[in-house]
Amino acid sequence: MKGTRFWAWLTFGIGAAYFFIPLIATIEFSLRMRRGAYSFDAYRVVFGDERFQATFGYSVLVAAFTIVLGVLIVVPTAYWIRLRLPHIRPVVEFITLLPLIIPAIVIVFGYIRMYGSSSPLPFLATTRGTDLLLAIGYATLALPYMYRAVDTGLRTIDVRTLTEAAQILGAGWATIITRVILPNVLIAVLSGAFLTFAIVIGEFTMASLLNRPAFGPYLQNIGANRAYEPAALAIIAFFITWGCMAVIQILSRYAPKSASRPN
Amino acid sequence: MGETFLTIDNVTKSFGATTVVRNVDIAIDKGEFVSFLGPSGCGKTTTLRMVAGFEGPTTGRILIDGKDVTNLKPNQRSIGMVFQSYALFPNMTVAQNIAFGLKVAGASTDAITARVEEMLGIIKLPEHGGRYPFQLSGGQQQRVALARALAVKPSVLLLDEPLSALDAKIRISLRAEIRAIQRELGITTIYVTHDQEEALSMSDRIVVMNEGRVEQIGTPLDIYNKPSSRFVASFVGTLTVLPAKIVNASKGTLSLDGQSIHAGKKFTGAPGKTVSVALRPEAIAIGKGGANANRLDAKVASVNFLGSIVRVKVRTGAQDISLDMFNQSTTAPPKVGEKVTVNFNPDDLVVLDGPAEG
Repeated sequence: MKGTRFWAWLTFGIGAAYFFIPLIATIEFSLRMRRGAYSFDAYRVVFGDERFQATFGYSVLVAAFTIVLGVLIVVPTAYWIRLRLPHIRPVVEFITLLPLIIPAIVIVFGYIRMYGSSSPLPFLATTRGTDLLLAIGYATLALPYMYRAVDTGLRTIDVRTLTEAAQILGAGWATIITRVILPNVLIAVLSGAFLTFAIVIGEFTMASLLNRPAFGPYLQNIGANRAYEPAALAIIAFFITWGCMAVIQILSRYAPKSASRPN
Repeated sequence: MGETFLTIDNVTKSFGATTVVRNVDIAIDKGEFVSFLGPSGCGKTTTLRMVAGFEGPTTGRILIDGKDVTNLKPNQRSIGMVFQSYALFPNMTVAQNIAFGLKVAGASTDAITARVEEMLGIIKLPEHGGRYPFQLSGGQQQRVALARALAVKPSVLLLDEPLSALDAKIRISLRAEIRAIQRELGITTIYVTHDQEEALSMSDRIVVMNEGRVEQIGTPLDIYNKPSSRFVASFVGTLTVLPAKIVNASKGTLSLDGQSIHAGKKFTGAPGKTVSVALRPEAIAIGKGGANANRLDAKVASVNFLGSIVRVKVRTGAQDISLDMFNQSTTAPPKVGEKVTVNFNPDDLVVLDGPAEG
């Protein structure tokens, strides 16, 4: 018994060291911009940089559009598959996994070929069109996470009976989705939304190849040209991601409760 | 009875090559409480779902108040439904659940508030409007589901095994409550159940279904006392089915293991033909009985004490017959192996179609 506990703690200790040592080292390095003393100078420089504000703001905006787009595509799809087409669920699950298998660079080159200025759908001919294409691309990249989050949420409720109960009370499809289904999977949708946000904020390939001023290419640019600021930026990006995870955890406490899941 | 309000007109439902409901014809009067009773897979729930509009009949029509609703969507039929799994919306309070249908219909806030309060009063949960479904017991949840279904004043109420997820005590009290509310509101109701006691105790009429077909439609007394088929006889209540040989069909006499008995009703069949006869345990008594009673000599095979009644199994020749006697402290039950005479009224002997099995 004692031996088991020792090995468990040792494994935990090694794992924690593997995770925390580089993080602590990066934090420590990011604080050493001023010679001979620890300071937040690197962070001050980063936050004071106009390009940081512009690129971060741009990525937040694109993330918001991506989330809206993802919710509009995934929620009705996952709902309909659970309700009427459960037999094609494995196929849809496989399709949603494709963005994990196909590298983003392949997708973006496909986009460039498909939606160039001479194509029937010339997204890339205008700046707004390119922004839209970027959001569509991000929605595709986030599909595995968004679909799984929503599908897991739908699994916790009796979709078919709730739909029928709403139908017999006179509700149409729009009412059923917005007032019965969506509120009951809202926490799952928000989980998917924050995962999407975390992906979009740090994404480099698509934004860079579509030549949009996003946060990912800015991170890369700073990393290539400065010493302390990239460390500060890495820590900032890390805390943004972890902040998203923390919000998911907090929100899950407010998930709709049921007799089978009272706590 | 009154005027026909709901008609299920020669309805058949097939899923691919499988036919689950066959030529079902049922006419239900206004305000009537009708139960669909049958084993799992007999087509009772599918028939109910066709009335609700969740399934479309392959052939046949469904009419409500003279209007053909066969092709109408569920939300266009003015039907209230209570589901086995309650199906309360978990994100809404009790009051919001009850108000849902009224909100969808565009009722005013005042009208909704008044109706919700009225419904909470009817289901005897006036203080529970602000609670969420997970904060209620199963029985309370099902009462809220009933209130939600009735709040919109539907023309027909459908209940799909609403009590099967509840424990026995609550089931019994809730079925009386459901029946009382139904009577008070005078709403035409279809109740699906596989529990014969529920169907017998609640219904104006019972539709017994088997393998997609209607076996018998009748009052609970008719169904219990005059089963029209071997299936109904064996499904509703406890029954002993025995093979007997016809001696004289026109006089109603039969031979059971060499002992002569007679039936209260005449039947047809050539002498010597084997038919099935059925007897309820409560129709048989130990003793010689009255002058017209059928009598059989038997031996006690087993005695089971069930509380208020004692179920005795007696053997006559190769046949076992169950009989029930009240548990009375003054009368001791017979002992196993004891020789007894049992008697039953000729009217209680049901001659069933077809030969007896085994």
